[in-house]
Amino acid sequence: MIWVNQIVQGLLLGGYYALIACGLSFMYGVMRIINIAHGSFAILAAFALWELSSRFAISPFAGLAAILPLLAMVGWILQRAVLDRSARGGTLVPILSTFGLAIMIDNLLFQQFGADTRSLAPYLDTLSYDSWSLTDDIYIGKLAAMIFAAAVVLLGGLQLFLGHTQLGRSIRATAADPDTVGLIGVNAKRVNAAAAAIAMVTVGVAGAFLAMRATFNPYAGPLQLIFAFEAAVIGGAGSLWGTLGGGIVLGVAQSIGAQIDPQGFLIAGHLVFFVVLFARLYAGNGGFAGAMRNLRRRLV
Amino acid sequence: MSGWNPLAPLPAVERWTPLAKVSAAAGVALLVLLALGPLILNANLLDKLTTLFIYVILALMWNALAGYGGLVSIGQQAFFGLGAYGAIRLADAGVNVYLSLVASALLVGLVAQPVSAFMLRLKAGEFAIGMWVLAELAHLLVNLDKLVQGETGTSLIALTAYQADSRRATIYWLALAAMAVLSGIVFALLRSRTGAAIQAIRDDEEAAAAVGVRVLGTKRIIFILAATGTAMAGALWLATAISFQPKTYFGVQWTAYMIFMVLVGGLGTFEGPLLGAVIFFTIEAWFGGSGVWYLVGLGGTALAFSLLLPRGIWGAVERRLSLRLLPVGYHLKVPLGIPESNMTEGASGQAPSAVAEIPPVER
Repeated sequence: MIWVNQIVQGLLLGGYYALIACGLSFMYGVMRIINIAHGSFAILAAFALWELSSRFAISPFAGLAAILPLLAMVGWILQRAVLDRSARGGTLVPILSTFGLAIMIDNLLFQQFGADTRSLAPYLDTLSYDSWSLTDDIYIGKLAAMIFAAAVVLLGGLQLFLGHTQLGRSIRATAADPDTVGLIGVNAKRVNAAAAAIAMVTVGVAGAFLAMRATFNPYAGPLQLIFAFEAAVIGGAGSLWGTLGGGIVLGVAQSIGAQIDPQGFLIAGHLVFFVVLFARLYAGNGGFAGAMRNLRRRLV
Repeated sequence: MSGWNPLAPLPAVERWTPLAKVSAAAGVALLVLLALGPLILNANLLDKLTTLFIYVILALMWNALAGYGGLVSIGQQAFFGLGAYGAIRLADAGVNVYLSLVASALLVGLVAQPVSAFMLRLKAGEFAIGMWVLAELAHLLVNLDKLVQGETGTSLIALTAYQADSRRATIYWLALAAMAVLSGIVFALLRSRTGAAIQAIRDDEEAAAAVGVRVLGTKRIIFILAATGTAMAGALWLATAISFQPKTYFGVQWTAYMIFMVLVGGLGTFEGPLLGAVIFFTIEAWFGGSGVWYLVGLGGTALAFSLLLPRGIWGAVERRLSLRLLPVGYHLKVPLGIPESNMTEGASGQAPSAVAEIPPVER
């Protein structure tokens, strides 16, 4: 029964990973850029919310609503000032520039807030520990369920947005061929900036939920980037629903690993990442989504 | 080619320019002079120079990987940490402690072989972060070793059997030798047939593949070399620090330092990382004590260089002055008075001069 519970908790944890991964996956899908500062921005958002809650007693949810437009602006500026410019130098330069940016953000946060570990849980009333009990051994935390639901809504929303709005179609067209869209009157730079703004909003949501469900400190960013990357790669980078699958695989692997050994949480996560990668590289393409397709093809 | 005059002297390809001869000789002389270090320098200076040599190795290796192989890795700390860990393990098994430093680096190079087969299938950003995940995994697995005792760590106790002075001198010589050998290997590699392949891949991987360059095989050579060299640096660092705490060795800051040195010095140039290592060493000596702001500055500088001067200081110098101290490329020497149509395409646009130097690689 303890194993069933671990799997259920891992599944819910996968919701968070899908949230943190969807911005990374989205950016990669549109611009073929991996923003190394991705996790650091999530932690930046978490600190902004913590500041609002602890100093001005603003509820984290209200705070999130307040900072999301700011984050969208940050995303826009990041794209115009850093990513656009460095992408001109080739595919490798954005990795270097965003790595430099990540080091700056992490250390500036440390300078400002010190090494203390913080959490938004104290500002959530009972939400941080409320739960429904399914059986005597299996509980579902309300916050965890909420995060999972948020991930589904966000991923579904992005999917609808990409498929059914003018901007969404422009983003997909730009992703497919940034040079040609210019010929049909789409400003690729502006579209990319909009995509970066959207990605940064998802980063803000992920950072907020990270801060609510767990603790964070100024140097927590890189690990969040790694989780996001693992979930995105397991799911097949660029595929939104695959990202949810990837997050779930990662979350379940980690919570099973934690049950086996206290050190097992991270190790199991990294291992499953490499196993999936290995399988993908040697057996076919498309990550989780592709593997499922292959499986279906083989079964039918 | 209507104006072509068969009697005009033909442009000659030159590798050892006079300047290159002088600077190569100066380099060798400097190495000889440095080898005399323990006989004349005090302990403090020796330690500092040993640190500088390790930085040079790190910069050289990361530059070989990223600048020449086009492989940006954020996980080189994996090899740095494994190099140190391997030395701990070998020394614990009874191997001579100095020998264990070198053997550990070679063992890591051996391990890098199968790793490369797998990791090199990843592209650009995926490779970069994939390597980081690998470093995290290596760190966690090393933590599981009973000998290391998790984050508590252990020490290279065997080293304390030697007297402090002789130990300092030996490690200094070892670091100097490692630096000289590794830069020699990079130098020889770049001048060989593989070097031409490497520089072709650096400039355009697909085009290189199209003209028959074995892209994957060539990248593997660089990957394994970089892993071995970085592991050597890690083992040497352990020899100077003696204590081994996994967190310090597997920390991503090592890769941050490498990136800083190479970006500032000049990505994809031979001289750049040497310059970058000296700059980093100097900056660290001045500002290393200021803690967090120092790191903010490093990150900011890396960001600024990647945006504004992606070829680093040396890259800019090279382009403006067409200056090359070490002969890893080819120069086209066009004799005076040659009709313009006799020149190669690249030179024809330049102002008339006695010697038109064409950088070996047009960007």
